[in-house]
Amino acid sequence: MSTLWGNDLSGFWSAWIIIITLGSIGLAFWLLYANRRTDKVPDSDGNVDTTGHMADGIAEYDNPLPRWWFLLYIGTVIFALCYLALYPGLGNFTGLLGWSQEAQWEKEVTEADARFTPIFEQYQAVPIPELAEDAEAMQVAERIFLNNCAICHGSNARGGNGFPDLTDEDWLYGGTPEAITHTLEKGRSGTMPAWQQLGEDNIENITQFVLSMSGNAEDPQRAAAGETMFTSMCTACHGPQGTGNQALGAPNLADDIWLYQAPGQSVADSVRETLRNGRNGQMPAQAEWIGEERVHLVAAYVYHLGQQHPDK
Amino acid sequence: MSTAFEHPTYNYKVVRQFAIMTVVWGIVGMSMGLVLAGQLVWPELNLGLPWTSFGRLRPLHTNLVIFAFGGSALFATSYYVVQRTCQVRLVSDRLAAFTFWGYQAVLVSAVITLPMGLTEVKEYAELEWPIDIVLAVVWVVYAIVFLGTIKVRRTSHIYVANWFFAAFILTIAVLHIVNSAALPVTAGYSISAYAGAVDAMVQWWYGHNAVGFFLTAGFLGMMYYFVPKQAERPVYSYRLSIVHFWSLIMIYMWAGPHHLHYTALPNWAQSLGMAMSIILLAPSWGGMINGMMTLSGAWHKLRTDPTLRFLVVALSFYGMSTFEGPMMAVKTVNALSHYTDWTIGHVHAGALGWVAMITIGSLYHMVPRLFGRTEMYSVKLIAVHFWLSTVGTVLYIAAMWVNGILQGLMWRAINPDGTLMYTFIESIEASGPGYLVRMIGGLFWVIGMWVMAANVFMTARRPAPRHEPMPQPA
Ligand code: HEC
Ligand code: HEC
Ligand code: HEM
Ligand code: HEM
Repeated sequence: MSTLWGNDLSGFWSAWIIIITLGSIGLAFWLLYANRRTDKVPDSDGNVDTTGHMADGIAEYDNPLPRWWFLLYIGTVIFALCYLALYPGLGNFTGLLGWSQEAQWEKEVTEADARFTPIFEQYQAVPIPELAEDAEAMQVAERIFLNNCAICHGSNARGGNGFPDLTDEDWLYGGTPEAITHTLEKGRSGTMPAWQQLGEDNIENITQFVLSMSGNAEDPQRAAAGETMFTSMCTACHGPQGTGNQALGAPNLADDIWLYQAPGQSVADSVRETLRNGRNGQMPAQAEWIGEERVHLVAAYVYHLGQQHPDK
Repeated sequence: MSTAFEHPTYNYKVVRQFAIMTVVWGIVGMSMGLVLAGQLVWPELNLGLPWTSFGRLRPLHTNLVIFAFGGSALFATSYYVVQRTCQVRLVSDRLAAFTFWGYQAVLVSAVITLPMGLTEVKEYAELEWPIDIVLAVVWVVYAIVFLGTIKVRRTSHIYVANWFFAAFILTIAVLHIVNSAALPVTAGYSISAYAGAVDAMVQWWYGHNAVGFFLTAGFLGMMYYFVPKQAERPVYSYRLSIVHFWSLIMIYMWAGPHHLHYTALPNWAQSLGMAMSIILLAPSWGGMINGMMTLSGAWHKLRTDPTLRFLVVALSFYGMSTFEGPMMAVKTVNALSHYTDWTIGHVHAGALGWVAMITIGSLYHMVPRLFGRTEMYSVKLIAVHFWLSTVGTVLYIAAMWVNGILQGLMWRAINPDGTLMYTFIESIEASGPGYLVRMIGGLFWVIGMWVMAANVFMTARRPAPRHEPMPQPA
């Protein structure tokens, strides 16, 4: 008996729910049953007239309830009562089947794990560079990528504004198997401070200097003026040559590959925006989300993408 | 437009005002739907501006079609029906006028605040608290005018249409006040009085009963007057109307949790909502049957009377959507249909097929009488409107069924290794053709509404004064 009663609700509320539920269904049923037939006789055209209500010229027959509708109604009531006997619904009564959505979910997840984990486990011992050569493994890995990563990095892994391209040779955090695994397991958070306080004029000078490193400067005079500021304020993170620092995720500014560039935006405008407002890219940690085995496999996929790059 | 015609007994002025606004808001609200449908085909139509983005225009569409179009139609018809079936003038012309201007003011504030992004983020109850308060006042006055008129009626019996209108008015007052309870922070920002799963449950108790009492009970009131009137037949069964009226009221209240299947809502509440939704099939069909059977003996009129055709097709869509609804409330079905376009299809089967069609049929019956004529300016144009609406609705619903089932199946398809077979974006790409077909259906509807506007305008422009004698109490 005790297993049929949960303790979601206090005894009072449980009883209250049971009473009003069954009460309402009972009342609906009584209403139906009490009106099931009419004792008046039909007139010549087969219809039963009412007491003669007339509303703006509209009369009302008092025909009996259509039989099939009456049975339909009874049928739905029976269905509902059976359902409430089998499944939770009447207050704390858990239903004869003992079903709950939580239990169903746990069961399905356990079953799925039992079925699918072995597929991923077989790859776990294989080192990433080797795994990246395994075409079959890469097919499975691509699906993991499409399910979990494509939403940010794009189906082709080419990235977008703020989301790094994973197919090129330019790594924010490093392209070694270890660096990639670290990125995926723990996540990454890049912090580029805002420099609004320097004023627009200085920001323009620094922007021109940054652009000059990749040969894009529009105004060499301003670029020259920006160099000293860059050296004093930016090299700590981006390095003396602006080539970046993978320990911080500070991008290489000299290679003409840009992490941030909105559609239709010029590189110069993007750099200005970066300097004015700062940036804070977040790569969410995956280990807890998709599990170690899948992280290993998809890390190999990312590595594989890098290996395939034409520059390689 | 001439308003020279005045009925000697009834207040037709306020009915006329609401009737005209029904057509106006119908055009605006449905055009907004068309814009949304277009944005889902061509996202560039968001124009890159916050005010014209999908997220802000969507609640504007729902508010305009439900509350502006549907609401004005309910005001117009309830005021018309209660006067004619009680054989008295509205108890107070001033209060009636107040409900008109007050309600329109609420609607205009919706048009302004929703695109600005001011919202309580509860679906169908987005309006911020100051507007909510005005609406509550208007609604209470509406109840006073309507129930007051029933009270002073000159007939012994209260006609069934008035039961439905009264239930709709009273319940909406309660739903609106309870669900909108919030703590104001600024004039444009407030925090719901409820939290977590309780907030969700209150919202969908409101949401589903908004369907049940606003979009169903109110429009059934319309049905119970205009169908027998236009068909010139007695109502099929008084007994059936009693049984299905009380059952509908009793059971609808319970069905809200079917909007929250497989969520943080406790198991018992979800199952209860499902069980009650199944029972709801019967009382809903009771209304459809009573309407349909009323036509027995008048079926031949369908060939010549497009107004009656609107009313009959509305009843068919009502039957269809109230069959579909209980089916979607079954958890196993809902697991597939929820979050997909199937829901959108179900909504518009009810909204276009039932709510809009019954409204339009009723207006075509009522408008000429409001302007002292016997018929609309052009019956042919009614027929044109009828076909536009019917084809539009079918295109809309069919497209959403295909899309909904496609999406549901794509989302759950998995590879042998347990990974999903399709990415989300692939399901969006696959939905493209359906979105286009839906938009074409919407276009048919909007064109139809313009045809109606022209017809109403021509009818109103040249009044032929005619004084109806007071019907004698039976
Ligand atoms: C505290 C370390 C730090 C300092 C100091 C710093 N940066 Fe950065 N910068 C970063 C990081 C980290 C990123 C990447 C941000 C992200 O991933 O969201 C970045 C990104 C950028 C970008 C965007 C690159 C792209 O590909 O879109 C530019 C441009 C840039 N920094 C320029 C500068 C300049 C100029 C200065 C000096 C005024 C500067 N940074 C100072 C850490 C720093
Ligand atoms: C919510 C969006 C999001 C998701 C989902 C996501 N990423 Fe990222 N990822 C980012 C962002 C943003 C960065 C850049 C972080 C920074 O700016 O510092 C990043 C960085 C990375 C990097 C580092 C690139 C480099 O140049 O060093 C790798 C590798 C990576 N992601 C792989 C993945 C994989 C594999 C998945 C799926 C398992 C994934 N990401 C899922 C947003 C995401
Ligand atoms: C021209 C006719 C119409 C068109 C083209 C149209 C189009 C749309 C579109 C595109 C959406 C958004 C769907 C989505 O988010 O995917 C929508 C939502 C909605 N529309 Fe319409 N609509 C029309 C008429 C109506 C009418 C007359 C009503 C009500 C009486 C109505 C009620 C609703 C409701 C309630 C929603 C929200 C549905 C939900 O959240 O599940 N629409 N409509
Ligand atoms: C017996 C009657 C009905 C039942 C049991 C029913 C049931 C349902 C179910 C199960 C859903 C889907 C919930 C979800 O998965 O999110 C739904 C959605 C909806 N239904 Fe019905 N329905 C009925 C009749 C109607 C009618 C007649 C209308 C309109 C006139 C209507 C309007 C809506 C709307 C607007 C939604 C969308 C709510 C939202 O998510 O925004 N329903 N209904």
